[in-house]
Amino acid sequence: MTDDKVCTVCGDAECKEGHQVCHTCFSMAQAEDFAAPAKDGGFMETFRKGITTTNPVFILLLGLCPTLAVSTSLDNAFGMSAAVMFVLLGSNIIVSMIRKWVPDIVRIPTFIVIIATFVTIIHLSMQAFVPPLSKSLGIYVPLIVVNCIILGRAEAFASKNGPLQSLSDAFGIGIGFAGAIVLISFFRQLLGTGILELFGTKLVEVPGLVDHPMNIFVLPMGAFMVLGLALAAFRYMGVMENE
Amino acid sequence: MSDLISIFIGMALINNFILTKFLGLCPFFGVSKKLNAAISMGLAVMVVMLAASLVTWVIYYQILLVYEIEYMQIVIYILVIASLVQIIEMAIKRTNIQLYNALGIYLPLITTNCAVLGVTFINTQEGFGLVEALVAALGAGFGFTLVLGMMSGIRERLELADVPESFRGIPVAFLVAMILGLAFLGFGGIV
Repeated sequence: MTDDKVCTVCGDAECKEGHQVCHTCFSMAQAEDFAAPAKDGGFMETFRKGITTTNPVFILLLGLCPTLAVSTSLDNAFGMSAAVMFVLLGSNIIVSMIRKWVPDIVRIPTFIVIIATFVTIIHLSMQAFVPPLSKSLGIYVPLIVVNCIILGRAEAFASKNGPLQSLSDAFGIGIGFAGAIVLISFFRQLLGTGILELFGTKLVEVPGLVDHPMNIFVLPMGAFMVLGLALAAFRYMGVMENE
Repeated sequence: MSDLISIFIGMALINNFILTKFLGLCPFFGVSKKLNAAISMGLAVMVVMLAASLVTWVIYYQILLVYEIEYMQIVIYILVIASLVQIIEMAIKRTNIQLYNALGIYLPLITTNCAVLGVTFINTQEGFGLVEALVAALGAGFGFTLVLGMMSGIRERLELADVPESFRGIPVAFLVAMILGLAFLGFGGIV
């Protein structure tokens, strides 16, 4: 998309670290992380990779905006995951089916229009069928259109692989995203309110916390703290590598 | 007038796009290592936000509402922003080559920056008039640039700091963002 040679991650004209940046969002995925998984991997292999080694949130650091913004409660997290999963499945399948007819030069605009169409579908459906959820997710549902996970998968995977592979990739990445956002919202809701609630059913109630909840976790700052600590913990345990 | 000021402060400081709305986080962590790059990026975002707010306002109220096709909002907005960025890039390239060198490389990359799309959705959602929408865009862009600049200054220092190994790089940047956010909570009392 750009014709200059400046690395957008480190601003170095002769970046040797092979940074490859998602053009949507500057996400600092390294070249090998962002590349499509090996083509010879089977359905399950591609699926597994989406959850573990190419987990969109914890490893690639993509799609941070919705992850942090709507992870205040488990309801929101599941709603957001479902919306992202729907758009990801739809766009990955359509993109992989039309990949041979789309000229390279109009590739990105085409993908964006496809994604925007699916986002419109899910946005209107949520408004119609689950108005409270739609209201609490707010502008973050329409903003799925610029979620770099989806454009990233369309560009890096679906435009190079067949529909079946792309389907499994979408499932894997979608579940990887869901796992991350649910994990974060679990801690935020539990510590921030003392009550763990899922679609109106009370799951857990921590006695002392209910009266004196740690409000910071439901505030926006809490999201930064939880994700920062989670990343550090994963590194400490060796699940993901240091920079 | 006081309405406009409170919109500006609300968008820039109280509901800061990065720290409380989480919009534009990727450039926040991606380019915020160098101060100059951060400021240029912020200015580019501000220019595009202003232009996008203007164009989407006209399109929404003069076309989408008139013909009752509001459901096309998402598709139209993203296309408007994508083409607007291209036009602005070409215009700057022709007229002011110095400005192009400063902002040029960031322009294509913010085509689908969620902060830009976010401000247009917020304008429509809040039912802002044209002037209010422009002030909101200005405020959002200002707040974005401010926080991006602050963060880059802090991260330049962080490079030299002795951070525990697991926290080095991105995790500590998140914690810094948290502390910045706590500081910005104090602006809540202004309006």
